[in-house]
Amino acid sequence: MSKHTLNYLEQLEAESIHIFREVAAQFERPALLFSGGKDSITLVQLAKKAFAPGKIPFPLVHIDTGHNFPEALEYRDRFAAEMGATLIVRNVADTIKQKNLTEPKGKFASRNWLQTYTLLDTIEEFGFDACIGGARRDEEKARAKERIFSVRDEFGQWDPKLQRPELWNIFNGKINKGENVRVFPISNWTELDVWNYIRSENIPLPSIYFSHEREVIEFEGQLIAVSPFIRIDESDVIVKKQVRYRTVGDMTCTAAVESLAVTLEEVVSEIMITRISERGETRIDDKVTEAAMEDRKKGGYF
Amino acid sequence: MDILRFITAGSVDDGKSTLIGRLLYDSKSILADHLEAIEKSTKNKENGEIDLALLTDGLRAEREQGITIDVAYRYFSTDKRKFIIADAPGHVQYTRNMITGASNVDLAIVLIDARHGVVEQTRRHSIISSLLGIPHVVVAINKIDLVNYSEDVYDNIVIEYSKLAKQLGIENVTYIPLSALNGDNIVDRSLKTPWYEGKALLEFLEGIEIKDAVNLTDTRFQVQYVIRPQTEALHDYRGYAGKITSGIYKKGDKVKVLPAGIETTIDKIEIAGVEVEEAFAPQSVTLLLIEDIDISRGDSIVKTTEDIAATNEADVLFCWMGDKPLQNGNKYLLQHNNRRVRAVIKNLEYKIDVNSLEHIEDVQQVKLNEIVKASIKTAAPIVFDPYKKNRSNGAAILIDETSNATVAAVLFQ
Repeated sequence: MSKHTLNYLEQLEAESIHIFREVAAQFERPALLFSGGKDSITLVQLAKKAFAPGKIPFPLVHIDTGHNFPEALEYRDRFAAEMGATLIVRNVADTIKQKNLTEPKGKFASRNWLQTYTLLDTIEEFGFDACIGGARRDEEKARAKERIFSVRDEFGQWDPKLQRPELWNIFNGKINKGENVRVFPISNWTELDVWNYIRSENIPLPSIYFSHEREVIEFEGQLIAVSPFIRIDESDVIVKKQVRYRTVGDMTCTAAVESLAVTLEEVVSEIMITRISERGETRIDDKVTEAAMEDRKKGGYF
Repeated sequence: MDILRFITAGSVDDGKSTLIGRLLYDSKSILADHLEAIEKSTKNKENGEIDLALLTDGLRAEREQGITIDVAYRYFSTDKRKFIIADAPGHVQYTRNMITGASNVDLAIVLIDARHGVVEQTRRHSIISSLLGIPHVVVAINKIDLVNYSEDVYDNIVIEYSKLAKQLGIENVTYIPLSALNGDNIVDRSLKTPWYEGKALLEFLEGIEIKDAVNLTDTRFQVQYVIRPQTEALHDYRGYAGKITSGIYKKGDKVKVLPAGIETTIDKIEIAGVEVEEAFAPQSVTLLLIEDIDISRGDSIVKTTEDIAATNEADVLFCWMGDKPLQNGNKYLLQHNNRRVRAVIKNLEYKIDVNSLEHIEDVQQVKLNEIVKASIKTAAPIVFDPYKKNRSNGAAILIDETSNATVAAVLFQ
């Protein structure tokens, strides 16, 4: 092999940096959606590299459901401050109040779907024309179909049957006023690529990604953290377990994995041998129908 | 470990989805919960076996109709390589989506049903593969079990396809007899085809060296974004960020900025803010130049020794992708990597019949999915290479400014 070749992580990184710079060049008001999860942390690392030694030329935006893990919020604030980045937080609870929306009910009442309202309002409030997200195509079958530059109409809706051709590495981000583009710079990364990258770059993560003791209940084979956001029934048995999280979502719809892995090395080794997908193991909101994600995306979700 | 990107083209009837399902399944890339979901879907149907094809169709409309509408990307890796599959539709109506998938790959797998041999779709997919300059084609002669693993059937298809490949100028072709349904010659060589001496498909994909996947000869770089931190410490910093399209750049290289034609020298090359001595395609870098020159997005920086000029006219082949036909004389926006200029298509020379490969002259109207030879005139000069010489600097798209739609894939001749 000649020395002028890149390994797979270097190739993915170069591609993502190219996408970030394209966003900065083509749009007037981009924003990076930041949740404090590993995918959005990876996005920020890539953005930092894309614009070094300058600052990241757009704000970080967090749509806060109010059901987040406190560890993720603490990380979010500290991380943004260290980066010197502008952090914009908008709360789903405020949207619910202002718009008189109905809170979902049930044992694991999730505000996941309601995020879309807050997101669309935030896009309008700041006039964002591009929103950068950390979705990956390996996550889910509707995402596997989505373009890197995904054009959304005035209502934030995705039309999977009418996607723009996306040829070579040429991105067409032209839109009309009111429309916006969702951009996914790590589309071609897999979960394991993200973990390997975090390991090779030595990026600090929120503590919930590593083994810790937590009170959980077992529900249909999944471990859900005890929190004020879920309903504990009499039949539920609260147990203490050593767990870690594979994704960071809402406390209402993210399940933990039993694990003793305390270092990045150990976490990556566990991910490498797992036989269950990230979403399958940890998200209880995707299981409703076979097309749950497709439907949410059509409605303006990421 | 590197990445191999490949496309699979064919209709559901060719067994394309089953082939991908088989590759994922046999390389143990399908996770337990995904498999469970498929088993659930399969049970709603008649026969009991797991339908591997269900792994690949993602949209509701696709599952309902049993066809692939848009390209889906699949990922798997073995100890040797990471693979990205562009799982593309085969139906003529969705050709533009197939081209989307085909534009970025190193290899194409063209599926042929052993019972039917080379058919219209085989021709269309091969033409697209050849037009897009995909460096390697694998002809997967599928359903070999349904012709009793016959060597004669295989030989005849090889002879038939070789003629087509020759006609299209496809040089690197590999033929593999296989059964996606039964797993013959997918991961391991099948005992049922003792006459076949080549590799099984996965073994082949793991081992193939793609020649010329990246052009390291011609130095091409387009400014994508200008980094100007404007802080006190970095007051005079002005970095030209972009992806090296092709070639290798070194600190101290004498370069010229096109289309202006101004010569200068590379002062520094940075990757992610860290200085390096040299950089090569397809790295995303930042170039700093010795002189302060007026340079903006879309300008090219090439070595002074390069024999390339900026021009306003070019011969092109283009595939029309707009739902509305091409309006003769209309102006479109041409986007060549990062550079956007107004352009008009002139002199429609001929259409290519994607079945017979014949040139049809006297072109009156250009409709969706038609491939046409023409010339293009641009309002400002562009710095391109012929696509055949340099894929990454030889392609562009056309944008309809009234709808913002991407309406054509353009290949410079």
